[in-house]
Amino acid sequence: MAVNAAPRPRRGGGIRRGEARAGWLFIAPAVFITAVFLVIPIALALWVSMSDWNGFQSPLNPRVNFVGLENYAAITVEDGLDQRNFGTAVRNNLYYVLLVVPLQTIISLLLAIQVNRAALRGRGFFRTAFYFPSVTSTVAIVVVFQFLFTASGAVNAAIGALGIRGPDWFNDSTGLVHGALSAFGIDSPSPALAEPGFLGISGWEWLAGPSVAMTSLIILAIFTTSGTFMLLFLAALQSIGSEIDEATLMDGAGPFRKFFSVTVPMLRPTLFTVLTLGLIGSWQVFDQIYVIGGGSAGGTISTPAFLAYRSSFVDLQWGQGAAIAFILFVFIILLTLVQRWVLKERTPRKRNRVAATEKIAANDSTSGGLR
Amino acid sequence: MTAAVTPATGTKSGSSIRTPERPFRRKKQIGGRARANILLGYLILIGLALIYIYPFLISISASLKTDAEATQNALSLIPDTITYAAYERLFGDVPFPQWAGNTLLISVVVTTGRVFFDSLAGYALSRLQFRGRTVVFVAFIAILSVPGVVLLIPRFLILQQLGLYDTYGGMIIPLLSTAAGVFIMKQFFDSIPVSIEEAARIDGASTFRVFWTIVLPMARPALVTLFILSFQGSWNELGHFIVSRQSPELNTLTTGVASLVSGQLGSGNQFPLQLAAAVLMTIPVAVLFFIFQRRIMNTTAGAEKG
Repeated sequence: MAVNAAPRPRRGGGIRRGEARAGWLFIAPAVFITAVFLVIPIALALWVSMSDWNGFQSPLNPRVNFVGLENYAAITVEDGLDQRNFGTAVRNNLYYVLLVVPLQTIISLLLAIQVNRAALRGRGFFRTAFYFPSVTSTVAIVVVFQFLFTASGAVNAAIGALGIRGPDWFNDSTGLVHGALSAFGIDSPSPALAEPGFLGISGWEWLAGPSVAMTSLIILAIFTTSGTFMLLFLAALQSIGSEIDEATLMDGAGPFRKFFSVTVPMLRPTLFTVLTLGLIGSWQVFDQIYVIGGGSAGGTISTPAFLAYRSSFVDLQWGQGAAIAFILFVFIILLTLVQRWVLKERTPRKRNRVAATEKIAANDSTSGGLR
Repeated sequence: MTAAVTPATGTKSGSSIRTPERPFRRKKQIGGRARANILLGYLILIGLALIYIYPFLISISASLKTDAEATQNALSLIPDTITYAAYERLFGDVPFPQWAGNTLLISVVVTTGRVFFDSLAGYALSRLQFRGRTVVFVAFIAILSVPGVVLLIPRFLILQQLGLYDTYGGMIIPLLSTAAGVFIMKQFFDSIPVSIEEAARIDGASTFRVFWTIVLPMARPALVTLFILSFQGSWNELGHFIVSRQSPELNTLTTGVASLVSGQLGSGNQFPLQLAAAVLMTIPVAVLFFIFQRRIMNTTAGAEKG
């Protein structure tokens, strides 16, 4: 393990000769690609976020002016359409996170526990079934979901059989909370809630809840990520092993007692990993929204990541687009730092390595990462 | 990682390593109520599995239906009249083969590049002594946390500056190495003993020769892991291909099918056409998944055991 890599005393010339040169040669391609296509571009985008570049010619040409934090101000503190768009995107994503993170955690944990049962036949089949959606491309899944969730689609046909008339999922911009309130006859806000509030969005709009369209995307997210997280939980469950299972059985604990007093506490590190990975991943949702078209459903499925793309590539407001991307960047880095810090606090040294590997494996299949 | 890359041990269904036999036998003796519980458990699982699988099944079936039937009779599993019209259109009106060709080319090059460059770098960071090694490693660790989605605008900017925008080069080169891949390989090399290489080195073999002929063959499990992640990742990549190209000739499967969804090709919902495209683009990844199923499941499953 790490011991092998520890620096050892120099042995003069001998077998270590030329190692420094070889070392740099070996890492050169990876370092070059990372520097040119990751570090430098980020610096370039930071400049663009503080400039008035409009997409023509190079952002480094002398006619582009430095405008300081103007772009950041336009989307956060100055009243106007740009601010409201950003505020709406933040609200949409906030509801997305609030629903996706707990639901995917609970569902993947339940799947893992079911699949982990000792006396289960065909467990390979079940694992495959639950994990398969995580392997397929988001584009393909969106195609499938649009088909399932059209007004006359399979989902509505299924719930129609129960006598419920389903909505036109991906085109319905009604917020769930608004919808529930209107069932009680409340269709418009009290005057206090109608005032523009934080990020130019009124309290009434902040409280709208996820739109029906966003809810379909939430279901899609849970469908695609629960398999990955199931594997993480499964690994943790297997490391608990059967001895503890038997001990609990001997002590006469029932299944519920066992779940809450033994299983959940022992899974705490994994639970934390899954929660934070979910949190980090679900603030980055982009692919689905791009494929569906972020402008649809009355703007209720737009997210900051999508808005950054649209502002730049469609509206040619590159400064604002880059500014949104940077706000998102800083926010996600903060989440990651909190995660790393807590994992370091909590887990004994030996397991840090494990946690990191775990994080990468899951990151790849949930968010950008290698995907 | 150690466990993650050890080939799954020889039990017939790799996954059942942990299945202890005793509790199973004991359960049999418990009788009635327990048996009912087990049955209930199976019913729940089968129900859940149906929810996860059925969408894929009716997608395949709907891709063989007519437009009208796909819309009116979405839930049925067997088409009234089987038609291959959607697939014929995909290979006629739609440049689907071109998209597939681009995706295949890019995935192969990117996967090869990643496996090679990331293992080179991982090996150097794990084994070779050179000044600046720690700094580079810490930098890679820091880069791990850069969220992919905020790279869209920066990547476009740099490709445009370098004149690589809308070229295969621009679509491929930025993906050729990832910090995550370097990290996985370094972790693996850290876990295998150094003694064999040292023997070779004493015999006077060059560093690259040692790496190529001795170390890489030993690293097969980690290479396979990286291969799977890279191939799946580049096959399914969407964001980068949105910002690195604009010509229709450079469409990949992901961007091409995404353009089908936004309805660039005529009117109607065209569900069979879109679903046929989705089915076809999923097949290679699905095949890969089934070939390496056990390894994929263990890649994450093994990690926790450490």
